[in-house]
Amino acid sequence: MTASSLPALNVAELQLLLRQREVSAPEVLSALHERIAEIDPAMGAYLSVDLEGALKLAEVADVNLPLGGVPVAIKDNINVAGQPCTCGSRILRDYRSTYDATVIRRLKDAGAIPFGKTNLDEFAMGSSTENSSVRTTANPWDLSRVAGGSSGGSAAAVAADEAFAALGSDTGGSVRQPASLTGIVGLKPTYGRVSRFGVTAFASSLDQVGPMTKNVRDAALLLNVLAGSDAQDSTSLKEAVPDYAALLGRDIRGLRLGVVKEHAGQGIDPEVKNVVAVAIDHLASLGAEIVEVSLPHTDYTVAVYYVLATAEASANLARFDGVRYGHRAERPQSLLDHYQRTRAEGFGPEVKRRIILGTYVLSSGYYDAYYARALKIRQLIRRDFARAFEQVDAVVSPTSPVPAWKMGGRQADPLQMYLADIFTIPANLTGICGISLPCGFGHSAGGERLPVGLQLLGKALDEARLLQVAYAYEQSTQWHQQRSSHSVGGVGEAASFPSLT
Amino acid sequence: MADQKLDVTYVAKLARLKLTEEEAQLFQEQLGHILQYADKLREVDVSEVETAAHAVPMFDVFREDEARAWFTPEEALSNAPRQANGLFIVTKVVE
Repeated sequence: MTASSLPALNVAELQLLLRQREVSAPEVLSALHERIAEIDPAMGAYLSVDLEGALKLAEVADVNLPLGGVPVAIKDNINVAGQPCTCGSRILRDYRSTYDATVIRRLKDAGAIPFGKTNLDEFAMGSSTENSSVRTTANPWDLSRVAGGSSGGSAAAVAADEAFAALGSDTGGSVRQPASLTGIVGLKPTYGRVSRFGVTAFASSLDQVGPMTKNVRDAALLLNVLAGSDAQDSTSLKEAVPDYAALLGRDIRGLRLGVVKEHAGQGIDPEVKNVVAVAIDHLASLGAEIVEVSLPHTDYTVAVYYVLATAEASANLARFDGVRYGHRAERPQSLLDHYQRTRAEGFGPEVKRRIILGTYVLSSGYYDAYYARALKIRQLIRRDFARAFEQVDAVVSPTSPVPAWKMGGRQADPLQMYLADIFTIPANLTGICGISLPCGFGHSAGGERLPVGLQLLGKALDEARLLQVAYAYEQSTQWHQQRSSHSVGGVGEAASFPSLT
Repeated sequence: MADQKLDVTYVAKLARLKLTEEEAQLFQEQLGHILQYADKLREVDVSEVETAAHAVPMFDVFREDEARAWFTPEEALSNAPRQANGLFIVTKVVE
């Protein structure tokens, strides 16, 4: 194994080499750093990388710990002490974290090395990472297309072998959708399974941190470390954490998987539809029973989400006032002028739109018509899922109705962008868990292969079951072994990076 | 419907955002469109449903009121746009 091919490994493979002393943690880090230096100018996955700081952790890493010596890329809305935390926003351009988020502390306690902060839509608001105020992130399968969002940087980094694994955050699909669009695995845990302490709040009743990995086993390995209660997050759950990785490998015979009747009319791309139908047939061939279920309030999901998420965001983002941290406008004429110009200069258009929408739906006269009503319909959606889970063990669907689209292709019409979140949003609204895993390809007009993701939704705290189904599917197919054209030794690599051939 | 009543400039002021004329015009149109879509929420009968802010039942969580190590004043001020003598300098609030 040469140093330049190290970044192609997944977490489990890397751990084996580290524990057999074939490579050292600092060597791994240096190889990864070289890979990033080489490919990231074209990919745009990272916003900052601190080799020196990470090497200090690598030099003392205990490789026998659960994630000992494994570098993990971190979405730039999660605080890592001493590192920038821009949230992709001008308002936090010069911000440096003074503490570790609980998920970072847990990673470090498990021997992992947080390495590199990844690009995102500003404050995680978006589905393409084009709303980052810093840079755009390309899709490693086709550099002219988006990597999805909002955790697009984390997704591209893993798919392009610039990271062994990454953390993302998922408020309406921001882990699962970019995982789907870049051909990797993304898991959104049950609300409360993973602490939100130190994760910049977007919508507090919906946000969860999740792993983004090259395969299902790696997702389980990371979740083992991330999950658990936290005194710093009053919404974190106290339930015991199973050993998710040890539970992999059970067969899925007799499990019941639900296909949603109402998903038929949701504008699914024909290739995505076919690929997912084949994937569902494959699950049936593994012994799962496929059952049609009904989620009668499916049509209201997107509207409920954009009322609630923007309402919560408008309150959460009130803290950016230019007083204690972040950008402050020059020479304010008054306090009002200070606030208004600080925020006008600091926030980008999508964040402004959502703050205005959220303020409006909470304002006197409209609160009942929008916010209170959306909260109630959220309960109806929750009942729909509770009924479905009386009949099935998991719900199956595409993760995204479309494969990765061209950069700039959907920026003009925010509503069209929102509607593409239809399959991922319900997991956040109802607090359940979900996973996206590669299940095949669509094709661009030019013939490029574009990954399609299969989504599985499970009831609250049923991550082990989701991982069981995902692992059974993955291990009996080859999709997870298909690497992007900009992975180590990929086809695009030869053309763009002749030095590696 | 309600979206015709959305006055973007007024709501932006409530949210402490100064918009340019171009932004106000663009957002007025885009948000009008989104609110029109959100009007489908009116179709749903919610008379039997209670309001809850979370998807799952949430309860207050209390801990002992004990002092513990946290940020030093230097750390707390490390990202301050303006500071002096261990204090944040704020914009003048009284004339």
